[in-house]
Amino acid sequence: MSEIPADLKYTKSHEWVKMEDDGNVRVGITDHAQDLLGDMVYVEQPEAGSELEAEEACAVVESVKAASDVYCPVSGEIVEANESLADTPELVNNDPYGEGWLMLLRPADSLDVEQLMDAEAYTAHVAAEEH
Amino acid sequence: MLIFEKSRQGRTNPSQAPRSRPEMTDIPEAMQRKKRALLPETSEMQTVRHYTRLSQQNFSIDTHFYPLGSCTMKYNPRASNSLSMLPGFLARHPLGPDTMGQGYMACMYDLQEILKDVTGMKAVSLTPAAGAQGELAGMAMIRAYHDARNDDQRIEVLVPDAAHGTNPATAVMCGYKVREIPTDDQGDVDLAALKEVVGPQTAGLMLTNPSTLGVFERRIEEIAGVVHEAGGLLYYDGANLNAILGKVRPGDMGFDVIHMNLHKTFSTPHGGGGPGAGPVGVSERLQPFLPIPMVAFDGENYSWLTEKDRPQSIGRLSAFMGNAGVLLRSYIYARLLGREGMVRVSEYSTLNANYMMALLRQKGFDLAYPERRATHEFIVTLKRQAKELGVNTMDFAKRLLDYGFHAPTTYFPLLVPECLLIEPTETEDKDTLDAFVEVLKKIEEEAVDNAEFVKGAPYTQPVRRLDDVRAARELDLVWKQE
Repeated sequence: MSEIPADLKYTKSHEWVKMEDDGNVRVGITDHAQDLLGDMVYVEQPEAGSELEAEEACAVVESVKAASDVYCPVSGEIVEANESLADTPELVNNDPYGEGWLMLLRPADSLDVEQLMDAEAYTAHVAAEEH
Repeated sequence: MLIFEKSRQGRTNPSQAPRSRPEMTDIPEAMQRKKRALLPETSEMQTVRHYTRLSQQNFSIDTHFYPLGSCTMKYNPRASNSLSMLPGFLARHPLGPDTMGQGYMACMYDLQEILKDVTGMKAVSLTPAAGAQGELAGMAMIRAYHDARNDDQRIEVLVPDAAHGTNPATAVMCGYKVREIPTDDQGDVDLAALKEVVGPQTAGLMLTNPSTLGVFERRIEEIAGVVHEAGGLLYYDGANLNAILGKVRPGDMGFDVIHMNLHKTFSTPHGGGGPGAGPVGVSERLQPFLPIPMVAFDGENYSWLTEKDRPQSIGRLSAFMGNAGVLLRSYIYARLLGREGMVRVSEYSTLNANYMMALLRQKGFDLAYPERRATHEFIVTLKRQAKELGVNTMDFAKRLLDYGFHAPTTYFPLLVPECLLIEPTETEDKDTLDAFVEVLKKIEEEAVDNAEFVKGAPYTQPVRRLDDVRAARELDLVWKQE
């Protein structure tokens, strides 16, 4: 069973979202997602400053099996992308909720984050997809 | 061992032939090479043995069953090969006068007609030099069509999530935004979701039918209606044309443009990157935009259609007209089959797939779409085996090599976890299909007894398990001198 931390928010497309103290949100892909994709070989990141809509493709994670889009969990502006993934994409596998984060986002409306799934709902979503 | 590692300075190939260095007096000093060219220097026997050994290590359709789903690895008839190398074809120069190439041009004209007939399209251009270039040409024609009508609000191309990765890539290359359409639990396009996103911004929908899920899109006419009503065009990815050859025609389904992978359906060699051929066919309204040159026939003579004849064409894709020899092989293949044989291709390829599917189900394997009839390919999911035995699809795939079978396509389509996409093709006999199923069952039994053993496969190949992660992360294809 993959790890699903209780203090994060989640999307159906397997991104996690963490509220930071300064109002920005940190985004990554879940342990379940990285496990399905397998070993990462390349991560394509958005540029800081780009404005994105919720559910818009914002990054690409490429593993030995497949290249998959990462979808923006909420509308907002990219503050920073995790640059260390350029040389060490395996961080997404080894530490998906920590050093393997993808981007920092300034949400257009912080209430949008509240609308995302909590850990319990995401656990149920993963279980439902398994069938 | 690389041939460079066998190299010894000064050793040359024709060991007994007289050697002389050509005089280079007429080449200006400044243009003469100062350093030795970095080429391997080996004897004739070393060279012959090196490449013969490499060819023996190759897993190919000529030596092994190769049921690679969505790739249609069928036999390339030797007749196509030998007939396409008749001196008249080989000696023809593309810059020679048309009067001296009438025979070749007649073949190409007939091939255009045959492909038109079998796909139900109004016109065909043979010039794209590969499937990917055909896709690019097809999408460029959709763009040219909207542009010619000053319909510049159409910025989106719809692509089902089961599509080949080339589809969204092609749409983006042509300047479109891609919107993904989900698939329902029976493997069909989610029609409700399609209706929601289609609109005045829709340039077109790209569809593979039968889809990569190994099932025929049953509501294709309704889908075509929805897209056309919104003013969009329908693109047919010809990857799975083998399943419907001579039975159903993309043109009749309502498609506006199609690309064909001749290396799949029309049995030309899979060239490992080339040379290929990806002809495009179009409906009435896209005719003016077809890439040039095309072959015309006035009842007496064959001639090339160029910019002059087709001012609205998207243009040329290469210097001449694509890969002449590859097109010729397809023409010969089509003539060998004839109208009758063309139908047998789809009948036998679907029969073989459905037979294997039924047999695997009987042996206890799980199908991704058990309710659906297979087309020319079908999907087995090893999710249960991965969970219960700890042996995943890749382990099965590697172990298959030890038994002399190339693995089916693994982990594609992405929608189905731990999947094998199996496509036997029409050129395999029942004994081979039976043997493959037996081996899959045997590997499952091995996994029950000793999972670690299966995870260590292959054991009989020139190399063991390759480090594909490192190969992708540290791509290194060029030999450099130490």
